[in-house]
Amino acid sequence: MSYIQNTDADRAEMLGAIGVRSFDELLEPIPEALRVKGVLALDPPLAEAALAAHLGALAGRNRPAAGAASFLGGGIYDRHIPALVRYVASRSEFYTSYTPYQAEVSQGTLQAIYEYQSLVCRVTGMDVANASMYDGATALAEAMLMAVAIKGAPRILVPRALSPRYRAVLASYAAARGISVVEIPHGADGLLDGARLESSLGEKTAALVVAQPNYFGVVENAGELAALARAKGAVVIACVDPVSCALIAPPGEYGADVAVGEGQSLGLPQSYGGPLLGFMATRKEHVRRMPGRLVSGTVDIDGKRGYVMTLQTREQHIRREKATSNICTNEALCALSAAVYLAALGEKGFREVAEQSYAKSHALAGMLAGVRGARLPFGGPFFQEFVLELPEAAAAFAARASAAGILPGIPLGADFPELGERAILVAVTEKRTRSELERYRDLLAGKEAGR
Amino acid sequence: MSATIFEKSKAGRRAYRLPENDCPVERIDLPHLRTSALGLPEIGEQDAVRHYVELAAKNYHVDKGIYPLGSCTMKYNPLVNEEAARLDGFTGLHPAQDDADAQGALELMYRLERSLSEITGMSAFTLQPAAGAHGELTGIMLARAYFLDRGEKRATVLIPDSAHGTNPASVAICGFKPKTVSSNERGLIDPAALEKEVTEETAALMLTLPNTLGLFERDIHEIVRIVHAKGGLVYMDGANLNALMGIVRPGDIGVDVMHVNLHKTFSTPHGGGGPGSGPVGVAPRLAPFLPVPRVVAGPDGYRLDDAAPKSIGRVHPYCGNFNVFVKAYAYIRATGGEGLREVSRNAIINANYLLSRLRGFYDLKYPGPCMHEFVLSARNLKRYDVRATDVVKRLLDYGLHAPTVYFPLIVEEALMIEPVETESKETLDRFADALAAIAGEAERSPDKLHEAPVTTPVRRLDEANAARCPDLCCPGDLD
Amino acid sequence: MNPEECKFTKEHEWVYIEDGDTAIIGISDYAAGELGDIVYIELPNAGQKVTQMDPIGSIEAVKTVADLYSPVSGEVIEVNEKAVAKPEIVNKSPYDDGWFIKIRMDDPGDLEVLFSYDEYRDFLGEEGAGKDEDAEDR
Repeated sequence: MSYIQNTDADRAEMLGAIGVRSFDELLEPIPEALRVKGVLALDPPLAEAALAAHLGALAGRNRPAAGAASFLGGGIYDRHIPALVRYVASRSEFYTSYTPYQAEVSQGTLQAIYEYQSLVCRVTGMDVANASMYDGATALAEAMLMAVAIKGAPRILVPRALSPRYRAVLASYAAARGISVVEIPHGADGLLDGARLESSLGEKTAALVVAQPNYFGVVENAGELAALARAKGAVVIACVDPVSCALIAPPGEYGADVAVGEGQSLGLPQSYGGPLLGFMATRKEHVRRMPGRLVSGTVDIDGKRGYVMTLQTREQHIRREKATSNICTNEALCALSAAVYLAALGEKGFREVAEQSYAKSHALAGMLAGVRGARLPFGGPFFQEFVLELPEAAAAFAARASAAGILPGIPLGADFPELGERAILVAVTEKRTRSELERYRDLLAGKEAGR
Repeated sequence: MSATIFEKSKAGRRAYRLPENDCPVERIDLPHLRTSALGLPEIGEQDAVRHYVELAAKNYHVDKGIYPLGSCTMKYNPLVNEEAARLDGFTGLHPAQDDADAQGALELMYRLERSLSEITGMSAFTLQPAAGAHGELTGIMLARAYFLDRGEKRATVLIPDSAHGTNPASVAICGFKPKTVSSNERGLIDPAALEKEVTEETAALMLTLPNTLGLFERDIHEIVRIVHAKGGLVYMDGANLNALMGIVRPGDIGVDVMHVNLHKTFSTPHGGGGPGSGPVGVAPRLAPFLPVPRVVAGPDGYRLDDAAPKSIGRVHPYCGNFNVFVKAYAYIRATGGEGLREVSRNAIINANYLLSRLRGFYDLKYPGPCMHEFVLSARNLKRYDVRATDVVKRLLDYGLHAPTVYFPLIVEEALMIEPVETESKETLDRFADALAAIAGEAERSPDKLHEAPVTTPVRRLDEANAARCPDLCCPGDLD
Repeated sequence: MNPEECKFTKEHEWVYIEDGDTAIIGISDYAAGELGDIVYIELPNAGQKVTQMDPIGSIEAVKTVADLYSPVSGEVIEVNEKAVAKPEIVNKSPYDDGWFIKIRMDDPGDLEVLFSYDEYRDFLGEEGAGKDEDAEDR
């Protein structure tokens, strides 16, 4: 089934109109020797029912976190998603449309992006947001390139307590561009080491990345860090969890130059880590250095309000090798989902997501800290995620818990050997219930054998 | 116009309620609390649905009609793929779950990689890149790592003048200098001219095949030989792979690295601009540099493997746009090997048919036959003071979507048309009739074109004013 | 400025000489027309040293961008802030209100390699170029 509608009769008529006797005549420019002999060795085609069964079987071979009591986080979270989000994102007027190059017949997508940009500005407290990047990690890498372009200094500072996956993506981009990435350690409280930051800022530095909260869930003194960086002329890049911005001072309040982050929490399923939603916002003065598409309000020739893509001279299709980025296809449908999510939750609902995540994570932390042999190694304040030191190896505990329907967190030993093999990163979103928290505690205390 | 969601906001309304918090706290004990309101809209569910349905009605989309954008491959997006991609077993997976919990996902990725290898003849694939341009960047990073490993300093990447802007932009991010290669009078790379450009300094030739004119480089064998003779790599931009499936495999003709676009060739929807997916395939000598993790099959099932000392590292925090893989894999399984050849065969027939219907009405700078797309020029209408923009805006009034305009840059007043294989002959005829009628209108009543569109939700928009005084964010005092 | 008294570059900048060593720089009406609606211009700062035919700024329209080349070597002594604030005046008045910068020339001999008005018109006769672009996605 190749979804082709034309019949042999149609094709014969069309080849006649073209003026060739056979299809092969149309392949004349391709030297015979270069052509495929025979048929591609792929599995035989499946009819719709068989295909659905095959994919259902593959899906059935997964044990999705969404079906368990999941305390997995580290950047991707299991949250409630309103039906409204799925409804809008699965309307084909949105998902089967292309990039809105013909603005007159793309006003739906364009206005949705404009509203998304506005919502990102409101959440982050920044002046302008772009139409989306691939994910939080590549958004951060693009922010790094932007900062290096602004400052002309190929050096940036990043916290060790940044997602190791983000650090890995940054490293790939930095290596390609010849940028040095300097890691700043954290103190015993899990907060970025301010003294080490100050001494590292000595040399000419393009930017400081502030992770808020950091990978360990700890809420940084972002305002002080930003002030230190600014005093040395560095650009401040805030890498933030958007949900945390409902409770904690957003990047705009502490003068960040660029705010980036992962928008998966805003109504996107976990989907094994993709597609995600990188968001990026900046201050007005940097807008021409910004990568990615931007949508602006304007009027048509009759004076009617409408929307267009704008400041396109920044982009690759016009400026080519001098463009601010090579990004073209982005994550528009995910941005639409995020916009619908924020509208569905609204001012109070979105705050409540953050408050419940805070409340439940603190409730669990309290319960687990009371289990013998377990402790919270970092004393710093946290938002919805914390590091727990278990009485046993994290991997072994995770396996045991998983059998009981609990995914207890991400073992940290592989990425942070200094934390030891008993450290685990525990995330608690608004979706978790008291009974799930209690089961986690009981399991850790050895009181529960299984579900 | 539609009021914005902010203008529809009324304090106290909501479209969604969370379950009651069963772990309440007395107070939030955090430093640096947010002091300002967020300014998010408050709206009931019914009015929210109406808002987005109102916006949806203003979009053109593939389910509505032909979308003949050149090099965009706007083919039909099968419904069963969407259903499969919504299965909880796929959407509910967290990327940090154990491989044992994700066996179905890993198997799907493994099978998709192997299928792409068979279709393209490339030895190995990474699925990490989230879009075509991200794939280009990854591919050029691989080239960089390859030469670094060999201790060779190569500074330049050659790119034909017909190339898409992402090519030079991707090259520049990796610190290479893009150098333009001029197309000859047939719209192709001239091997003799290329030979003069390729030196020991050349890292790669980055070419699109078929090129953006819809033409197959008939000297591709010689082109590859010239680049390889000086130790350079051949990068193929796979944007136009829809013309080649089952006909030519890039790996067989000596391509060293390429990306494919799942959101073009393999039928996954564009989503109004994304998400896409841009897997990168390589020849054996570049495989050690592929991003980690790699999906490997073992006696105990599938697993993600990080052990690759020469790897360029990660280009995505996880495995790429997994949910897009589900749809592309479903498409390949529904289609099969013979079916994919049928896809390309029909894409080529459809394009040549449309070309035969239109060549009498518009200029054709480079004569056919074409592959899956072709580029006309509206230069012949300039004498009526009509431009390519006017032609395509008038098409909108016929209820059809425009082709790509003003690209590639080497064709004046370009109209770049890719009909794709899924469109029926009747649809192609309707599109051809409209473009032919518009050419007639240009002569008889050019104002119809200058004033177009008049039937769309808005008419031509003031882009100059938007660029001078951009309004990028809805002011905060409306709610 | 009367264009017939200006000198021109191949890149479509004009130069008008004032008080012997001060060069006023702008772009020709042809260039402004080809670019279309100019939306943004980026110019060097006063005090900056510039070298003949080096790129010193850029001129942006909605879907195209052009580099600005310095027709002469010297020091920038004044920038037309009105044109920066309202770039549309470059379209409206390329030879008068839409001037870009003034340069104190190092060497008036720089002018010898530039086109006269008539030479520039002949040069335009041989030129013909495409303009803006939309593009497809990657």
